[in-house]
Amino acid sequence: MKVELEADKCVASGQCVVAAMQVFDQDDDGIAILLEEQVGPGLVDDVREAVAVCPAAAIRLVEQ
Amino acid sequence: MADTVTGPIPEAPDAVPEFPMPRADRCPFDPPPALKELQEQGPLTKVRLWDGSEPWLVTRYAEQRALLGDPRVSADTDSPGYPTKASPEAGEGKLSFIMMDDPEHARLRRMVTAPFAIKRVEALRPAVQRIVDGLIDDLLAGPRPADLVEQFALPLPSLVICELLGVPYDDHAFFQDHTKTMVHRDATPEQRGQAGREVAAYLAGLLGKRLADPREDLLSSIAGRVTAGEIDHRQATEMALLLLIAGHETTANMIALGTHALLQHPDQLALLRETDDPALVASAVEELLRYLHITHLGRRRAVTEDIEIAGQVIKAGEGVIMVNEIANRDPDVFPDPDRLDITRDARRHVAFGFGVHQCLGQPLARMELQVVYGTLYRRIPTLASAVPPEDVRFKHDAFIYGVHELPVTW
Ligand code: HEM
Ligand code: SF4
Repeated sequence: MKVELEADKCVASGQCVVAAMQVFDQDDDGIAILLEEQVGPGLVDDVREAVAVCPAAAIRLVEQ
Repeated sequence: MADTVTGPIPEAPDAVPEFPMPRADRCPFDPPPALKELQEQGPLTKVRLWDGSEPWLVTRYAEQRALLGDPRVSADTDSPGYPTKASPEAGEGKLSFIMMDDPEHARLRRMVTAPFAIKRVEALRPAVQRIVDGLIDDLLAGPRPADLVEQFALPLPSLVICELLGVPYDDHAFFQDHTKTMVHRDATPEQRGQAGREVAAYLAGLLGKRLADPREDLLSSIAGRVTAGEIDHRQATEMALLLLIAGHETTANMIALGTHALLQHPDQLALLRETDDPALVASAVEELLRYLHITHLGRRRAVTEDIEIAGQVIKAGEGVIMVNEIANRDPDVFPDPDRLDITRDARRHVAFGFGVHQCLGQPLARMELQVVYGTLYRRIPTLASAVPPEDVRFKHDAFIYGVHELPVTW
């Protein structure tokens, strides 16, 4: 599945990094960045958690 | 849609419940029973505040998150319909971006997000561990019983924010004294105001020094924004003050009220005391944040355009209050919600709010609490309350819920 991140919505809460450390990181200003755009079954649950806890609705998980 | 427009506000004045409601005497950790009843009845209801105004109260998790994430919902206290301050005694005045809307909120918030990034906060963990160990050493060397609030819970966040802002070591005593007075139960409003002004003046002065001679700390980076012409000196001081105030009493109350809750739930305390699994400690932090819901008076907002939600229309110019404490007990999201269970997955709680204003300091707060919950009960395994539970005084009326003091022994 594909992960989409709208960085201009991000409020630097860090929640996605806590939920899915292998998929998200933060830049020098704390704004989220994507480490992986495609995630396999092993990471989908973590990304789902990130989508659920992101306070700014900046993350989407798209079925392909 | 015309047919779903809100009906008239109920005629009989008694039909509109007062907010906030009292908690049940014997359940200091549970939300007021009347609030639970309202939640059972539906997601939205009107309530009456002390000044007679009647904003909407939003009681369920899904609707709270939807509204807090909605750009038509304003955090600006000057927006028409903004629910008035929590009580007649609450202070006036605006504190930087927490009371602003985007885009200005985002512009200012992004100036100070860097040090709260997960990796930056992790880098502070050893320093926080040292502070916690030092405070516990002092506690153990002192007389019994001791007040955990005064001697541990309040000094910790004060020292941590010193570390972050870059307050020099020699000024820690001044800083700690004054920040304590700002939130102290026995301080008069005048004393609190005076302490607040002195801390603000101190921060303004330190900003001036960092303007001239920048270092590697948060105040210097805020000062850099002043130099760049992005904000003025007053805005910079307000920002520093917001970071100080927002993280002080909140973290302190989570430590003291959290410890009290654990002492009342010995099975949960035992789990924590006997583990060396950081994942269980982290889980306990989330569960205690969910369960204790210390910001119990709700996120307050005004609606700037009509919003249709849960079969109602909230009109432009009406106020809304999202009581996160009750959302954290929503059985649709947290099964058996009134049980404290540090092994449950509580990560979706809204103890830090939701939407663009969600707590900026949450990574720091989480880390501080992880260090505390992972250290305090292991280092003092015999920690016990020095008074019967009915003698512990709760901050029912305070903006942030907690205990006034927690006499402990070991
Ligand atoms: C356990 C401790 C804490 C709790 C429960 C807590 C809770 C909250 C909540 C509920 C909000 C949202 C307010 C709203 O939506 O109106 C908030 C915002 C904020 N918090 Fe925290 N907080 C804690 C610790 C901290 C710390 C340690 C800091 C910083 C050092 C901090 C800084 C802030 C700031 C700057 C905001 C405003 C964010 C914005 O408006 O964009 N908080 N906090
Ligand atoms: S959870 Fe959302 S707001 Fe928070 S850092 Fe990630 S993308 Fe940004």
